[in-house]
Amino acid sequence: MSEYRRREQSITLSPVEEQVGSGADGPGGGTHELLTLNFGPHHPATHGVLRLLVTLQGETVHDIKPIVGYVHTGIEKTAEDKSYWKVIPVIERMDYLAYHFNAMAFCGAVETLLEVEVPRRAQYLRVIQLELNRIMSHLVWLGTSALDLGAISMFWYCFREREKILDLFEMSTGARMHTRYFQVGGVAEDIPPGFAEKLRGFLKEMPERLDQYGALLNRNEIVLQRLRGTGMLDVQTLLALGVTGPLLRAAGNAWDLRKADPRGSYDDFDFKIPVGTVGDNYDRFACRLREMYESVKIAGQALEGLPEGPHITADRKVALPPRHELATSMEALIHHFKLVTEGFRPPPGEVYFPVESPRGELGCFVVSDGSSKPARVHMRDPSFVNLQAFSQMAEGGYIADLIATLAMLDPILGGIDR
Amino acid sequence: MKRSAGRSAQPPSSGLGTTIDVETLRVRELSPRQLLRGGELEGRTPAAQLEGADLERHVQERVMTTTLDKAVAWARSNSFFPATFGLACCAIEMMSIVAARVDVARFGYEAFRASPRQADLLILSGRVSIKMAPIVRRIYDQMLEPKWAISMGACCSSMGVFNNYALVPADKFMPVDVHVPGCPPRPEALMHGVLKLRKMVQDDPDMGWRDRYGARGTEEVVPGAGARHGAAAVDRAGGDSIGDSDGA
Repeated sequence: MSEYRRREQSITLSPVEEQVGSGADGPGGGTHELLTLNFGPHHPATHGVLRLLVTLQGETVHDIKPIVGYVHTGIEKTAEDKSYWKVIPVIERMDYLAYHFNAMAFCGAVETLLEVEVPRRAQYLRVIQLELNRIMSHLVWLGTSALDLGAISMFWYCFREREKILDLFEMSTGARMHTRYFQVGGVAEDIPPGFAEKLRGFLKEMPERLDQYGALLNRNEIVLQRLRGTGMLDVQTLLALGVTGPLLRAAGNAWDLRKADPRGSYDDFDFKIPVGTVGDNYDRFACRLREMYESVKIAGQALEGLPEGPHITADRKVALPPRHELATSMEALIHHFKLVTEGFRPPPGEVYFPVESPRGELGCFVVSDGSSKPARVHMRDPSFVNLQAFSQMAEGGYIADLIATLAMLDPILGGIDR
Repeated sequence: MKRSAGRSAQPPSSGLGTTIDVETLRVRELSPRQLLRGGELEGRTPAAQLEGADLERHVQERVMTTTLDKAVAWARSNSFFPATFGLACCAIEMMSIVAARVDVARFGYEAFRASPRQADLLILSGRVSIKMAPIVRRIYDQMLEPKWAISMGACCSSMGVFNNYALVPADKFMPVDVHVPGCPPRPEALMHGVLKLRKMVQDDPDMGWRDRYGARGTEEVVPGAGARHGAAAVDRAGGDSIGDSDGA
């Protein structure tokens, strides 16, 4: 029996009798029965296959042990077995609501290793896709979280707008999810004719929709009661636990990598970072709602200021030559053959490339040994790091608040387990 | 018991002119004429005055006969209760089929049930890791017969783009009725798969999964259940699918 199995089986699921406090706090002479509740991995409110061992004292959460690994896919190991540009499709499937961010982190890391200059137009096209992806991810979060809080109509409104974003993705990249649009050195294709018009229409419509969402939820007494003052955690604890993203910003720390460490031309755009005040669930909700407005602004600026030029680097050692060149140029044919069969070889070294994903700092750590396959690919996934703050957020509160806190934490299990 | 006793004491009078006992009503087959001609309606509706070929045509146009199996399969196939069970990327697209564009409620499958005991359709939406496989199997076992499973996406059909140590295809540990390809499949593709399953249940309701997978004789024997009643009891304890086709 492996050490892991032994540890897993050592977890007891039976109710435990425990002496809690002195005899003063209960009619039963101070002995309370603690109930250990198995929550997940198949539970609609865990947003995936998260398993929680929750110890309850009455209705109060006494202890939480998250157990992860139920969608462990071995993506990091698989990435070591593929040449660099064939890693992108598997990397995209880690955090499956932020696929463009996964690809951006990996491509950015490899571009840093190769010291490839990404054309300005490609950077702007990336920003458009990233910000649309952020809105899409937040929409899924809002719809499913509202579902957990009992507001079922939000789900349909959010998924209606999500379909519009996916239509845009389909138009520009050819797929709804896991698009493989980001390439090392740029993006796969330039935007098609008509895309700009459609995107403009969407960006015009989206703030109105967000106003409607706000009107539905911001004055909803049930939602406010569930969110205000629950799951509170202060900035120092969050920083000590390594929490980033909207969770940290909701507590008042305006740490956003788009401002703090702008990569990929994010410093060209004018946008604000929404910040909360106390760091409760309501602030997390409000922060994400405001973030969608800002993402609409960024995507609009990137679309209007889209520079002319190539959409992918002209370095033939890194990016595939255009298809028409293959018919006329021998060099293009050789480059195409070499890239498809073997791929490029970055110089030995290691790179960490962080981006601000919808859930926080998503960083990709790539180690190159000089071969055409990465020696190691590691993702610093924000969901994984944020989850360790969960027990501190929810302990001491009611079990109903645990659901709300988990919804506002927005973990994506594909990113946690990888 | 009490009600039937009271009824037989006062037999209802039929409009056909004869007094019918409740017991005789149960055993006899009503002729088309009797079906059409209610006693009180005689002489009032035009149908009651039809005779011969006209009556035959009238009945054929208005009365549909079917077998009980077909009626049950029709009802089942139009009211799947999928389990609320998401694994990975495909779960997001599975949620989309409930949303407005591909509205699954048009076909009557919108009632997702969180408890496997109340569900009869398991949509495996995403990658099944080796750690998750026993849990998926347990959820499938907890669902009541008749039940169906759709393997959505490449991962749980064939391990997909990953194809590595961590994953296991769903066919290795549970019976799957429909495989929907894609990574992830579009919501329309999943809809197509669900409608294929509907057609399968309607057209061939006898085809339970034990027959399809050649799994006759692999039923779990519940201790004590099979000893007295023989093979048929074992079959029932093992949990057959839609119907017994082997005449056991």
